[in-house]
Amino acid sequence: MSQGVTKLIHKYLRHDKKFPHVWCPGCGNGIVLGALIRAIDRIGLEKDEIVLASGIGCSGRMPVYVDFNTLHTTHGRALTFATGIKLAKPSLTVIAIMGDGDATAIGGNHFIHAARRNLNLTAIIINNQIYGMTGGQSSPTTPYGSYATTAPYGLIEHAFSIAELAVTAGAPFVARGTVYHVETLEDLVKKAILKRGFAVVEVISNCHVQYGRRNNMGDPVTMMKWMRDHAIRVEKASSMSIDDMEGKFTIGVLADVEKPIYTEEYQKIREGAIKGRPTGGPGHG
Amino acid sequence: MSARKGQKRVLLQGNEAIVEGALAAGCRFFAGYPITPASEIAELLSMRLPLAGGTFIQMEDEIASIGAVIGASLAGVKSMTATSGPGFSLMQENLGFACMAEVPCVIVNVMRGGPSTGLPTNPSQGDVMQARWGTHGDHPVIVLSVSTVQDCFEITILAFNLSEKYRVPVIILSDAVVAHTREVFTFPHAREIQIVDRALPSMPPEWYIPYEDSPSGVPPMAPFGEGYRYHVTGLVHDVRGFPTQRPEEIKALINRLFRKITQGFHEIQKVQRFMLDDADVSVIAYGSVSRAARQAVKEARREGVRAGLLQLITLFPFPRSSVESVLKQCRGVVVPEMNVGQISREVKRVNRWECKVEKYNRVDGRLITPKQIRQLIFKLGT
Ligand SMILES: Cc1ncc(C[n+]2csc(CCOP(=O)(O)OP(=O)(O)O)c2C)c(N)n1
Ligand code: SF4
Repeated sequence: MSQGVTKLIHKYLRHDKKFPHVWCPGCGNGIVLGALIRAIDRIGLEKDEIVLASGIGCSGRMPVYVDFNTLHTTHGRALTFATGIKLAKPSLTVIAIMGDGDATAIGGNHFIHAARRNLNLTAIIINNQIYGMTGGQSSPTTPYGSYATTAPYGLIEHAFSIAELAVTAGAPFVARGTVYHVETLEDLVKKAILKRGFAVVEVISNCHVQYGRRNNMGDPVTMMKWMRDHAIRVEKASSMSIDDMEGKFTIGVLADVEKPIYTEEYQKIREGAIKGRPTGGPGHG
Repeated sequence: MSARKGQKRVLLQGNEAIVEGALAAGCRFFAGYPITPASEIAELLSMRLPLAGGTFIQMEDEIASIGAVIGASLAGVKSMTATSGPGFSLMQENLGFACMAEVPCVIVNVMRGGPSTGLPTNPSQGDVMQARWGTHGDHPVIVLSVSTVQDCFEITILAFNLSEKYRVPVIILSDAVVAHTREVFTFPHAREIQIVDRALPSMPPEWYIPYEDSPSGVPPMAPFGEGYRYHVTGLVHDVRGFPTQRPEEIKALINRLFRKITQGFHEIQKVQRFMLDDADVSVIAYGSVSRAARQAVKEARREGVRAGLLQLITLFPFPRSSVESVLKQCRGVVVPEMNVGQISREVKRVNRWECKVEKYNRVDGRLITPKQIRQLIFKLGT
């Protein structure tokens, strides 16, 4: 283990938390955690300023290990709690970490509304295409035809593309990465945290235990190779035909636009209301 | 309360008085989703909160609303939401989170007839047991009821105070009649209002153990972002907030969650005694029904029956000792409710005396009248 990594572990992981962690050996969640910590370190944020909020799932266990203000909410609801925290204390950097089921099944409504509302939050969704924690049931991102414990004959539903969903819902910053493209991932997470507005990073990750095993990719390396072979950088994808993109997915920044931020708009409302203007908000100066 | 010099008297409806009470108590965050007959609370707060430097947000549903309320409270801001039956059902899971993680918050449920979409504009008291037991698992919770506009103001302040002091969600049960009736309301002087704020840690962050036991059983609560970095979870946790499966740690947590409330019974369990000292037949009522009951008791007295009223302000933890003293003293007790009998079961459960307990119920969306209660008083009194 390199010295740099050891230093970061000491700086950001909790000393009073009993390790080992709950994740299976080779799980992509650890790679996402690593990318997150390096991104935070590169930005130079203080640990006190950061809130890491999660939902329920394997991904949901991430906050317990890191030395920030950490919150493990209910299944699918991380963004709602994060919204309250951010509104109450806009100076905090609030990051929500979610699973694919967490963010787009039970929490799907919160996800699209958070994207539309545009608080300055960062949402990281670890998309392992399955319900990991509960033992391999299908999720809204399980590919058509795949096998899951609740799809023993093959799945007949169609998957969400999380990043595209976020773009459509209005999120001003949307990116997709994978746990294979580690440096890109770190960079995307950093950009998302620095983005002023609701920023989404979808991370394609491996759950070789609950997804891979049932779908001819029973080990992390096979799954990573699959990511390597199917991920196309957005820049390159723009010059590719629809046929060439068949079965592939893009990685990189999918959207980066400016939009008014909720907390700043609300501050204008406060000031306007106090001055006696009935509405001091958007479009009224 | 009679108005004194300099006190402001206004006409308010119950929902408006809840807003005034919340603001007076220091509430600076509201998240909600529109629903009859609670919407006025959200509407008025959307106007008032920014003026007070606070925040209002309309969320995508009630699950999100209570999530945001808990989040804001974790960041140190007194927070509230308001809803009615269908929305209250959606809030149950996160209500349990607030119990488990000990996050102060106030939830107003302006009850309407149920089940399901039920009777949106008619009063009911059908959610009493849901308020107590709606979220899964053994959990402590405080449930208060309101019967007048003045109550709405005062009980909302009490709700915030208890919530802050004991770090529990407090539920206020109102109903469509209380919510929409306009009555004269007298603002108390600011100095007459007692406000309780949650205890903050007095120790430096290195010494802070977020869920440590103490004689009160209520640990000080550090707001997020002030140097006390700790973990909050809905999983059973040890004193440091980290998930645990050790039997002794599980037991210690659950026992403390209950003990902190049990130890506070003397100040949590509020009732109002009306003409009870020599009463021989009594009414036990709460919410808007207690208004009719008060009238019925007065009328019965005029006709020579020694009647009295025990009005329950706190429904849970059930004010057992106050109820017991009435049961011990009276030969009959009437429990009128706008449901099929929820508090009457509690009353019967604690009755160890000869007292005859009669329930009286209406579930047709109409109010129970003083006349109906008076007839029952006469029946038990003769
Ligand atoms: C309301 C509710 N329903 C169901 C569950 C059970 N549950 C826990 S985790 C989970 C799914 C996890 O899958 P995902 O969100 O994709 O995260 P992963 O475990 O794969 O990281 C489910 C259904 C729950 N905790 N709460
Ligand atoms: S079940 Fe899957 S997602 Fe969960 S820890 Fe194991 S590999 Fe990771």
